[in-house]
Amino acid sequence: MSSTTNTSTHHTSTIGAIGAPSRRNTELALLVFAVVIPVFAYANVGLAINDQVPAGLLGYGLGLGLLAGVAHLAVRKFAPYADPLLLPLATLLNGLGLVVIWRLDQSKLLQSLPNFAPAAPRQLLYTALGIAMFAAVLFFLKDHRVLQRYTYISMFGALVLLMLPLVPGLGANIYGAKIWINIPGLGSLQPGEFAKIVLAVFFAGYLMVKRDALALASRRFMGLYLPRGRDLGPILVVWAISILILVFETDLGTSLLFFGMFVIMLYVATERTSWIVFGLLMSAVGAVGVASFEPHVKSRVDSWLDPMREFTLSRQGVAGHSEQLQQALWAFGSGGTLGTGWGQGHSDLIRFAANSDFILATFGEELGLAGIMAILLIYGLIVERGVRTALAARDPFGKLLAVGLSGAFALQVFVVAGGVMGLIPLTGMTMPFVAYGGSSVLANWALIGILIRISDTARRPAPAPASNPDAEMTQVVRP
Amino acid sequence: MSELTLTVMRLGFLAVLWLFVIVAVQVIRSDLFGTRVTQRGARREAARPQQAARQQQQSAPPQQRGQQGGGRQRRNAPSKLVVSEGTLTGTTVALQGQTITLGRAHDSTIVLDDDYASSRHARIYPDRDGQWIVEDLGSTNGTYLDRSRLTTPTPIPLGAPIRIGKTVIELRK
Repeated sequence: MSSTTNTSTHHTSTIGAIGAPSRRNTELALLVFAVVIPVFAYANVGLAINDQVPAGLLGYGLGLGLLAGVAHLAVRKFAPYADPLLLPLATLLNGLGLVVIWRLDQSKLLQSLPNFAPAAPRQLLYTALGIAMFAAVLFFLKDHRVLQRYTYISMFGALVLLMLPLVPGLGANIYGAKIWINIPGLGSLQPGEFAKIVLAVFFAGYLMVKRDALALASRRFMGLYLPRGRDLGPILVVWAISILILVFETDLGTSLLFFGMFVIMLYVATERTSWIVFGLLMSAVGAVGVASFEPHVKSRVDSWLDPMREFTLSRQGVAGHSEQLQQALWAFGSGGTLGTGWGQGHSDLIRFAANSDFILATFGEELGLAGIMAILLIYGLIVERGVRTALAARDPFGKLLAVGLSGAFALQVFVVAGGVMGLIPLTGMTMPFVAYGGSSVLANWALIGILIRISDTARRPAPAPASNPDAEMTQVVRP
Repeated sequence: MSELTLTVMRLGFLAVLWLFVIVAVQVIRSDLFGTRVTQRGARREAARPQQAARQQQQSAPPQQRGQQGGGRQRRNAPSKLVVSEGTLTGTTVALQGQTITLGRAHDSTIVLDDDYASSRHARIYPDRDGQWIVEDLGSTNGTYLDRSRLTTPTPIPLGAPIRIGKTVIELRK
């Protein structure tokens, strides 16, 4: 414990403990704020597009408020000492996502597309399911350490979830990526989103046991710690699996997410920088290798390197090219610093996937740089609270799980935002909470639920220590 | 809807969004928990538990009072332990007849963040007469009193440096 306080010699200081307060009322106040902002945005969109306050304002506001209230009550009941920020931040993002999806529903251009269906009501339904999932996690998961028992079951569970889209008849190839499964009567599901959480449980449980072997049994070579071959095994297996996902499901994002999450957790568990160097090298080799022979991934890379050429080819009617990325970049550009204002952008030109993969472009155009920075900061704050939870957690499993979940969340935001903004090749992933999609909303609310559970355990004041009976009872009897 | 209204709403929305971010950051700022550091000038409150502890001792069984109270009345009895070198420099621990353990283990009284310290390195305790004794608990790198490495429990003279790795502690009045 490096509780260095004052290094000058003539000052002395004592160190005591401060318990974290419950902060439920702070959370409630922030939550009200987080519901009011999307309602304001919703009214603003209606005024800008139709010159009138949208008819659904009351229902929409009440719906979001009700869901937030239910989530708050669940936290108050089942996790009274949890972090006060996670829930309001996630609620705000979810609310703003609903507004943007509704705003894109109003677009004449998107309404003219062949298989158009209003997405906002369904997203509201998914949000309700997500909140239910959140409450269920808090209710059933009384102690996150229970998950530790299911370390290897989680591994198999995650592998099964990942393989499901490859099962003939169940998997669905939608727009080049095989990451969906069809459930008859219910619609399609993206198992990868849930695999993220299950895999984090496996990594946390595995690394908690193996971290000493990974950290200490190593040889030093050129300033890097090289682990022994047998300890290197698991990381190679995970790497191979992520490459296989990439090859068979042509899903660059999920592959990057899983491998990155493993490297982050490995680094946190062992404190060895060399893992990060290895991880970057291995993912670079894997990505370059796959991109050079897998046509779907290759076309994504080409489109990233020269979006304008892609745009021209698409306009000329060459099959297999898409103007989405260039349109998204133009949307960001036309937004400028302060944006065009709600409902006044033209991000619907992205057409397909404007409200899912490319939803950030609408934020970028209508709220401008100022707005997108705020949105990214809110994501950053969620990650920060996750890492803070990991720091405060007392058990190594909770620490690793919190770091893994917040690391996965951060990576997902990076991969999607980077892809839409043209920083890295575009991948088929969804922006957590804001993008349209049931799997994503459900999985991310479950993720926030687990983080809240860990933070509740971490911040719960320690029970008063039982007075040590030895101190008074034991006496030395001398002859 | 007029251009002006829409512009005002657009800027207003951005302002509200940022206000939310700022409020969230303020909540983080006020959400500090963990360890509290009290400077020496404001030690009044710290002294109070000490008195309470003393009152408790008086109501303790007579034998124990005889054991612990004896040292308190001695002249030149040390009243606190001060860390004078190392990362914990400036930390003090009031001596109230309790055993003080030093080491890297998290349940030590003074947790040493030092590669040269063992997890249970040494302990400092009062003997029957109230004389403070330092004992090495079989540490790897040893405990030094002045220049000599400890082999047996040794009484600590007032102000003599006890060295554990990079940390130096001493008893003061």
